[in-house]
Amino acid sequence: MDFFLQLLVNGLMVGALYALVALGFVLIYKATDAINFAQGELVMIGGFIVAVLLGSYGFPLVVAVAGTIVAMIVLAFGVERMILRPLIGRPVIAVIMATIGLASILKGIGPLLFRAETKNVPLPIPDAPLFVSGLLISPIQIVAVAISLIFLALFGSFFLRSRIGIAMRAVADSQQVAMAMGISVERYFALAWAMAGIVSAIGGIIWGNLLGVDVHLSLVGLKVFPVVILGGLDSILGAVVGGLIVGGVESVAAGYIDPYVGGGTKDFIPYLLMIVILMIRPYGLFGKEIIERV
Amino acid sequence: MLTLVNMEVMFWGLILVLKGISLQVRTGSVTTLIGANGAGKSTTLKAISGLIKLERGEVTRGSIEFDGQKIQNRYPEDIARLGIVYVREGRRIFDELTPEENLLVGSYLRPRGEVEEGLERVYHYFPRLKERRTIRAGYLSGGEQQMLAIGSALMAKPKLLLLDEPSLGLAPLIVVEIFEIIRRLNQEEGVTILLVEQNARMALGLADYGYVMENGKIVLDAPAEKLKEDEDVREFYLGLSKAGRKSFQDVKSYRRRKRWLG
Ligand SMILES: Nc1ncnc2c1ncn2[C@@H]1O[C@H](COP(=O)(O)OP(=O)(O)O)[C@@H](O)[C@H]1O
Ligand SMILES: [Mg+2]
Repeated sequence: MDFFLQLLVNGLMVGALYALVALGFVLIYKATDAINFAQGELVMIGGFIVAVLLGSYGFPLVVAVAGTIVAMIVLAFGVERMILRPLIGRPVIAVIMATIGLASILKGIGPLLFRAETKNVPLPIPDAPLFVSGLLISPIQIVAVAISLIFLALFGSFFLRSRIGIAMRAVADSQQVAMAMGISVERYFALAWAMAGIVSAIGGIIWGNLLGVDVHLSLVGLKVFPVVILGGLDSILGAVVGGLIVGGVESVAAGYIDPYVGGGTKDFIPYLLMIVILMIRPYGLFGKEIIERV
Repeated sequence: MLTLVNMEVMFWGLILVLKGISLQVRTGSVTTLIGANGAGKSTTLKAISGLIKLERGEVTRGSIEFDGQKIQNRYPEDIARLGIVYVREGRRIFDELTPEENLLVGSYLRPRGEVEEGLERVYHYFPRLKERRTIRAGYLSGGEQQMLAIGSALMAKPKLLLLDEPSLGLAPLIVVEIFEIIRRLNQEEGVTILLVEQNARMALGLADYGYVMENGKIVLDAPAEKLKEDEDVREFYLGLSKAGRKSFQDVKSYRRRKRWLG
């Protein structure tokens, strides 16, 4: 039982971090209807930047974090302007192909610009694990989970309550109606990407600290799809729940299955889960159902 | 307030849909544009609101003047900022948002301080929207969706409201209700209205002045009272004639052409 609980708690904590990465995806999908296959690569670039600012240049943490956020906003703006804006109104598949291309480009550029060797993102958080009612928990996990939940809550209430957030959802719902109401659709697309840039920066910092930064960091992006399919592509709450489920299930499954198969459970369990969910609930747990009227 | 002079609209640089439209909307009036399906009514409104741009359309000749300013071929956002709001046909609202959120989006161009007042005004005219303000707009009935579409436009405090077939697909009783509200918006709020309709009876009952459109051209225009008495309008658009009801198809079209174009 203790073993199970330990696996579950670890899994849920990792799941909150999956949710953070998925949030970047959801923000873009929610506002622009574009499916971004490069989310993991954006996180990787965020990780590279913060690692270099901290390690090679020795900036203080606050400066490095701020610098990473700004750099990622600029990068996201650039991506939106140069790659996605020309594709507005084109078939969905064109956008998908473009973001797959973007993913490859970023994967190439990252190591090229920042060198390929694995880098650390040192954060001033103690390593010694804490014992919480018999469970082993590392302090960085607690901090990471807190940060990730704060961001999820911030963006969630932004979309729900603020006028700009509501207008962004309106743009995603129908660009043409939005334009007729005087809303500048392009500005909102740019804003959505900028927000995804911020999230990717934070994701890069935290995941970079946990895994180290090299090209493999982009693999966290692979968890995005099970998470968002589970939660619904456009739901922030769904991203949280999806993240927790994926994290919890894969951790528990890996704990029990890996000893027999020698590892790899975490890579396929989320996708197995995704396929099952797709068969039961095509819109995900929290995704919007398309209203069909005849 | 709004003057179209000999406006031509072309799509894709080769499909000529509007072949020289001249029309005037006076400040404070309700002007209606009636005509059969495919006559070019919606295209006219899209040209005014700038939405033709999104369909690769362009005003290739003539002009659109609003309060003394030439406004043809501008972006829809810019036109909306001038105070021209277009309620498209088919009840285009944001399905995913609640009615209240829809209204908030409608107030996008207004200062934040006016939002409360705007909501109150809309709920005053459409009490039903208030009752249903928190459900998803996609689940509203057709009539309620049309009310929401008009209400959202109202949130922008338009000077000129372009209404595209607000009666389309709605039950007769609801149509009467909506037209009554349109009339009140014009009289009580002073909104100038350009109303496009296939339902000529309702439209002419409400409007001060009417234009009849056919095949991308204006074929007839007169004060609404007069149009209602016009023999051809009675026959083709109101389904009335001395000999009783007649359908459009029964009549030889050359006779029509001769009277209107000759
Ligand atoms: N984007 C477009 N490209 C080409 N032709 C169009 C386009 N939009 C409208 N048309 C044509 O213009 C004509 C008038 O359409 P419309 O203005 O929608 O008529 P109405 O609103 O009076 O029913 C139709 O024959 C239609 O096929
Ligand atoms: Mg039409």
